[in-house]
Amino acid sequence: MLEKLGMYFQYPFVRYAVIVGVLIALCSSLLGVTLVLKRFSFIGDGLSHVAFGAMAIASVLNLTNQMALILPITIISAILLLRTGQNTQIKGDAAVAMISVGAMAFGYLIMNVFSTSSNLTGDVCSTLFGSTSILTLTEGDVLICTILSVAVVIIYVLFYNKIFAVTFDESFAKATGTRADNYNLLIAVITAVIIVLAMNLVGSLLISALVIFPALSAMRIFHSFKMVVLFSAAFSVICAFLGIIISILAGTPVGSTIVAVDVAAFFLCYMTGIITGGAQK
Amino acid sequence: MALLTIQNLSLGFNSHAIVEDLNFTVNTGDYLCIVGENGSGKTTLMRTLLHLQEPVSGQILLGDGLKRNEIGYLPQQTLVQKDFPASVREIVLSGCQSRCGLRPFYNKKEKELARENMERMGITDMANRCYRNLSGGQQQRVLLARALCATRKILLLDEPVSGLDPKVTEEMYSLVKELNREGITIIMISHDLAAAVRYASHILHMGSDIFFGTKEQFVANDTLMPNSSFFQNRSATKFVNNHNETKLKGKRFMKGGVINA
Repeated sequence: MLEKLGMYFQYPFVRYAVIVGVLIALCSSLLGVTLVLKRFSFIGDGLSHVAFGAMAIASVLNLTNQMALILPITIISAILLLRTGQNTQIKGDAAVAMISVGAMAFGYLIMNVFSTSSNLTGDVCSTLFGSTSILTLTEGDVLICTILSVAVVIIYVLFYNKIFAVTFDESFAKATGTRADNYNLLIAVITAVIIVLAMNLVGSLLISALVIFPALSAMRIFHSFKMVVLFSAAFSVICAFLGIIISILAGTPVGSTIVAVDVAAFFLCYMTGIITGGAQK
Repeated sequence: MALLTIQNLSLGFNSHAIVEDLNFTVNTGDYLCIVGENGSGKTTLMRTLLHLQEPVSGQILLGDGLKRNEIGYLPQQTLVQKDFPASVREIVLSGCQSRCGLRPFYNKKEKELARENMERMGITDMANRCYRNLSGGQQQRVLLARALCATRKILLLDEPVSGLDPKVTEEMYSLVKELNREGITIIMISHDLAAAVRYASHILHMGSDIFFGTKEQFVANDTLMPNSSFFQNRSATKFVNNHNETKLKGKRFMKGGVINA
């Protein structure tokens, strides 16, 4: 088995997939803790559907650089969605559901009506489940992904204490002079960037898993915010790595394999939590 | 000059005033209780004082060298906090956030301040425990310690005893009174009129009759105190008010209705 693995690692595309997968898993788990605690678990899902819609438009327009359209649209949606949390014309969860389903429908509609591709179902399926794109990364993709991931991690570390303050108690943070709105904006933008990156890895439908499972698993076991963040990062990286290796060895789809590993690991953490009394009532 | 001077303040949302022409002052060392029925605008007033929302009109003047970020605040518990995985130390330390400015991490002085305030609230031994596993009273002590990290001058408390049992409520009140004796100005929203009269130096009553004055003036004013014909009158006024409300929409409050004893 190790031999087989060694052989696969000779191929650059396998190495790229592992690097990108691990980096994205790391970033999404960092943000995931904040999003889950702010009751925005579903934002990953919503935004990825928006990104899907944007991708449909980009491919119909035959843009060479699809990112140039997808990223701004997703960032704007993220800002709007996280805003509604405070200024509630439509409540947060309803807004997410609305935008997510709407964007998805329009995306598919546009692809269907204007499509130039002969294999429409295949295209849609691969964007939704990310079945192949992780294995077709170019060196440029890997570079962009690495730069963005490193940026996200650095920003997260630098603003860690402020993100904590804003997540735990926005009113208090604002009242004592922390610019909570700016940090919410920052969180929204980073979330959008990570979602767009992660679409390559697991596809639009499974992104939520990368956001919520590490955070929820860590919250079963640990009592302090710092430990929760650190553990969920480690959890996510290990699961992504194992998932990619398993999918290569067993020939299963990458995205769903990673998510399956996440689910299994979540149950392990859940049991551990019960045994150690970590999930005290 | 007073610590806080409120001039002709109107409160509300989207330029729709629910309370009009509020005037009062808070001096250093005062203990002000804000009482009144649900929906009378107590929390709105507090949020406006904290600049969490804009006043419809009027002014809030800070005096005695008080800066905007030197106000400590004990908010009502939110849903998010109930199952938040954070240790007591992390939460108390987050009260120092405004001292950091753009500096990313806490320095020694701030950690020391957090330690002192945990000591002061008697929660040092639970510094590493998880916030969500604490009792209601312990959680309030944690949030109080956090608020103390943000201020040495003034504390705003939004119903600090709601949901606490009588014994813990009593402890909470004496804790706040103790802080007041140490020179910290207190502004507290309360539903508990009896406790307000017992502990406060000044009382602001919001609702159909706006009253501001010292505790003694408030007690002497028998239209607002219980044990007189208060409860009977109140239910009658309430009925009339509700009735008027539907008719007049928003003209619920008497303008400048300061009733003197």
